[in-house]
Amino acid sequence: MGALETFILILDSTVRLSIPLMFAALAGLYSERAGIFDIGLEGKMLAAAFAGAAAAAVYGSAWIGLFFAVMVSIGLALVHGFASITHRGNQIVSGVAINFIAAGTTVILGQAWFRQGGRTPPLSADGSRFTAIELPFAEAISGVPVVGLVYSELISGHSILVYLAFLAVPFTWWVLFRTRFGLRLRAVGENPGAVDTAGISVTWLRYRAVICTGILCGFAGAYLSVAQNAGFVKDMTAGKGFIALAALIFAKWKPVNVMFACLLFGFLDAVAIRFAGIEIPGLFEVPPQFMQALPYILTVVLLAGFIGRAIPPKAGGQPYVKER
Amino acid sequence: MNKFLPGTDPLMAPYAIELAGINKSFGAVHANRDIDLAVEQGTIHGIIGENGAGKSTLMSILYGFYQADSGEIRVGGQPVTINTPNDAIALGIGMVHQHFMLVENFTVLENVMLGAEGAQLLSGGIARARAELERLEREYALEVDPSAIIEELPVGLQQRVEILKALYRGAEILILDEPTGVLTPPEADHLFRILRQLKEQGKTIVLITHKLREIMAVTDNVSVMRQGEMVATRKTAETSVEELAELMVGRRVLLRVEKGEASPGAVKLAVENLTVRDSRGVTMVDDVSFEVRAGEIVGIAGVAGNGQSQLIEAIAGIRRAENGRVTLDGEPVSVTGEADPAMLRTRGMAHVPEDRHHMGLVLQFEENENAILGYHAKDSYVNGPMLDLASIRRDAAEKIEKYDIRPPNCRLKTANFSGGNQQKIVLAREMEQDPAVLIVGQPTRGVDVGAIEFIHKRIIEMRDAGKAVLLVSVELDEIRSLSDRILVMFAGRIAGERGPEATEGELGLLMAGVADETEAPRTKERSTEPETEAAE
Repeated sequence: MGALETFILILDSTVRLSIPLMFAALAGLYSERAGIFDIGLEGKMLAAAFAGAAAAAVYGSAWIGLFFAVMVSIGLALVHGFASITHRGNQIVSGVAINFIAAGTTVILGQAWFRQGGRTPPLSADGSRFTAIELPFAEAISGVPVVGLVYSELISGHSILVYLAFLAVPFTWWVLFRTRFGLRLRAVGENPGAVDTAGISVTWLRYRAVICTGILCGFAGAYLSVAQNAGFVKDMTAGKGFIALAALIFAKWKPVNVMFACLLFGFLDAVAIRFAGIEIPGLFEVPPQFMQALPYILTVVLLAGFIGRAIPPKAGGQPYVKER
Repeated sequence: MNKFLPGTDPLMAPYAIELAGINKSFGAVHANRDIDLAVEQGTIHGIIGENGAGKSTLMSILYGFYQADSGEIRVGGQPVTINTPNDAIALGIGMVHQHFMLVENFTVLENVMLGAEGAQLLSGGIARARAELERLEREYALEVDPSAIIEELPVGLQQRVEILKALYRGAEILILDEPTGVLTPPEADHLFRILRQLKEQGKTIVLITHKLREIMAVTDNVSVMRQGEMVATRKTAETSVEELAELMVGRRVLLRVEKGEASPGAVKLAVENLTVRDSRGVTMVDDVSFEVRAGEIVGIAGVAGNGQSQLIEAIAGIRRAENGRVTLDGEPVSVTGEADPAMLRTRGMAHVPEDRHHMGLVLQFEENENAILGYHAKDSYVNGPMLDLASIRRDAAEKIEKYDIRPPNCRLKTANFSGGNQQKIVLAREMEQDPAVLIVGQPTRGVDVGAIEFIHKRIIEMRDAGKAVLLVSVELDEIRSLSDRILVMFAGRIAGERGPEATEGELGLLMAGVADETEAPRTKERSTEPETEAAE
C-alpha cells in the first residue's frame, strides 16, 4: 500500500472518529455560550447511544433509534437545566451526577431488557443502522489518481450522520452570529443582567440552550451505537464527552474552530489505531498502550500550554441571581 | 398642586410617574415602606438617600425587576402593572443601572439591539438599528461609534451606550441609578448637560444618587429616602445641602471634617521610581515617586483604574513591583522581591484594602476572627499553638466599643454587619495596631454618611498622632477634605501635585489627563514627550 493511500485511509478514519466529538462539542458550545457549563456531555451521549441502539433494535429503524436517542438526551439536558437554571445548583455537580446515572442505568436497563450482559442486540444493516452512502460516480472515478481516491475513499462512503455533523458546523455558526436567538444566547453567557434588563427571560433562554445541547448529544450518541457501531456496548463513549469538552475549550468556543479541533483529536486517534505496535527499525517496538495514550497526552499538552488564554463566557458556571 | 412651579400646567402635564403606598420586603428587611412619590412630566427628579435607604429597590420595582408586595404605580395618570422589564419598556420607562448592563465583548450596536432586534434574523434589524442609532446620536448629541467593542470604550462612553439603549427602546422616562460613581468630574458635567438636554426634549428623568452636590446641580425636585421610607420631597431651589443631609441621616452631620494644620515630621514612607504591571503585563504604575511624612495625609486622587490600586498593592506587598524602591521608616523594603504583607505589618505598615469584601474580610467569619486577621500570630492572641479566644474576644469587644461598631456583638458573622460597620471592623483592626504608616484605600466606599463622618475623624486622629497616612480614593470630596497634599494619578503616572485648597475643576482636569504645565518639577524631564493621552 502506498504512502498516499495509507494517509488517505488515516484521514478517512479521522473523519469517522471525530464525528461524535464534533456533535458533542457543538452540543457543549450551545450550553456553555449561554453560561451553563456542561460536564455531562459524556453521560448524555452514553444514554443516547443506549436509547438509540435499543430503539433501533426493537423497531428495526435507524431513524426511530435516532429519535429516541435525541429524546432521552434532551430529557437529561432538562434535568441539568432544572438543577442549574431553575434551582441554581452547582453545574459541575449536576453534570457529574448525570454521567453516573447514565453509566449505571444503561447497563442495568440493557441487561433487564435484552439479557446480553448490558449490550443491545446487534443491529443488522437492513434499515436498523445508518449505513454508508455512496456518492454518485464514486466507483467510476476511483481510478483517477489522487482526486478519485480522495473522492471515493474520503468524501464518499459515510453515513448520513457524518454529513449532518459537517453541516451542523456552519449551521451553528449561522445561528450564533446571524440570528436573534444567537445574539441573545451569546449575551446571556456573558452578562445575564443585560439580557434580563432588556426584557428577555434569562431562564427560558438558557433552557432553550440546554435543549439544543440535548439534541446534538443525541446525535452524537446515535452515531456511536447506530452508525459507527452496530449496537450499544457498556461505556462505549469511553471519555469522548470529556475530549469534546477539551476540544471546545481548545476551540475557544467558536464553531469552525470546534470542527478543526475535533478533526485533530480524531486524527490523533486514527494514528494511534493505525500505528499501534509499530516497530522502529533496529530500536524497539512502540508499545500499543503508548499509542493509545497519545491523544490524551496531547490533549493535556495542548490545553496546558499551546492555545494561549482561552477565555470562557464570562457568566459561565454562575447561576443567575438578580442583584439586590 | 403645581401652582408653585411656574410654567407647568397641571392639566397639561400630569405626573409622569406616581407611586402610592409601595411596600417591599426581602426576608426580614423592609426595604421600602409605604412609599409615595410623584414625578412631574418633563423634570429632573432626584432621589437621594444613604446606601441601603431603599432607592435602588424602589427604582427596580418601577422597572419591573422586582414586584412590590403592595402599592400602586401610575404612569402618565394610568394605573399600570409592571411585572417584568418588558412591561416597563413598553410603558416608555428606561433605566441606566449603576453597574452597566452591557455585554462587554459585543459592539455598541449589538448591545443597543439586544432585546429589540426586530425579526428572527439579524440582517434586516442591523441596518434599521444602525440608522435609528445614527438619528438618536444626532438628535441628542450622543456620539458613539456603533461598531466599537464595549470593553474598549471608556466608562463615560459605556454609560452613553446605556442611555442610547433606553432611547432606542423609546423611553420617555429615564431612570439613572448612581450614574456618576464611575465618572470624572468633567464627564459628570457632560452627563448633566445631556440630561438637561433630554429634559428640554420633554423627557422625564429620575436621578438616584447619594451625592448632594449633584442633586443641587441638576435636579428640579428632590425626594429624600431614609431607612426604606420617603421622608421628604422638596423643590431643589428651595432647599439646601445642609437640610438634605440632615433629612438623609436623621440628624445634623458635619459635611466637611474639621482638622487643624498638619505638622509633617520625618519621612516615613518613600516611594521611588515604582513601576508595576498587572497580570496581563500592562504597565499600570509607571515610574512613580513620592513620599509621605509622619503627621500628614497624602491623598491620591484619580478616576478608578488609573493605577491607584496597583500602586497601593505594590507598596503593601500584595503585588510584586517590576521596578523601584520603597523605604519604610528609613529601612528599604524589597517591593520587587520578597516583601509580603505579613512582613510589612510587623515593620509597622497597616493597610486598609480598597475592597473590603475581597481583601479585607472573610465575610463568613465571626467579627472577632476578622478583627485579628493578619495579626493572628501576635503574642497577645495566641497561647502556644492555640488561639487565645478569651483574649481575642476581649480585644474585639474593646474595638467594638471604641469604633461604635453595631450591633455590638463580636460573635456575629461578619456578613451580617452593614457596609459601614464592616469597614469599621477593618479600620479598627489596622489602626489599633499603632502602625507608623497607614495605607487606606477607598475608606468610605459603600459606607453611609453617618459612618463616613466617623471614619474621617479617625483618619485625622491618626495623622494628629504622628502617623504617615496614604489615602487613595475616587471620591474627590473625600480627598480634598482629608488630604494635606493631593497627588493626582492618570494613566499610571502622577499627573500633578496640589495642596488641599485646589479647586475641583483644577483636580478634575488633572484626573482627565490634561497635562500639568504650571508646576510639575518632578515630571519636567518628561515634558518633551508628546502627551498623546492628554489630547483625547
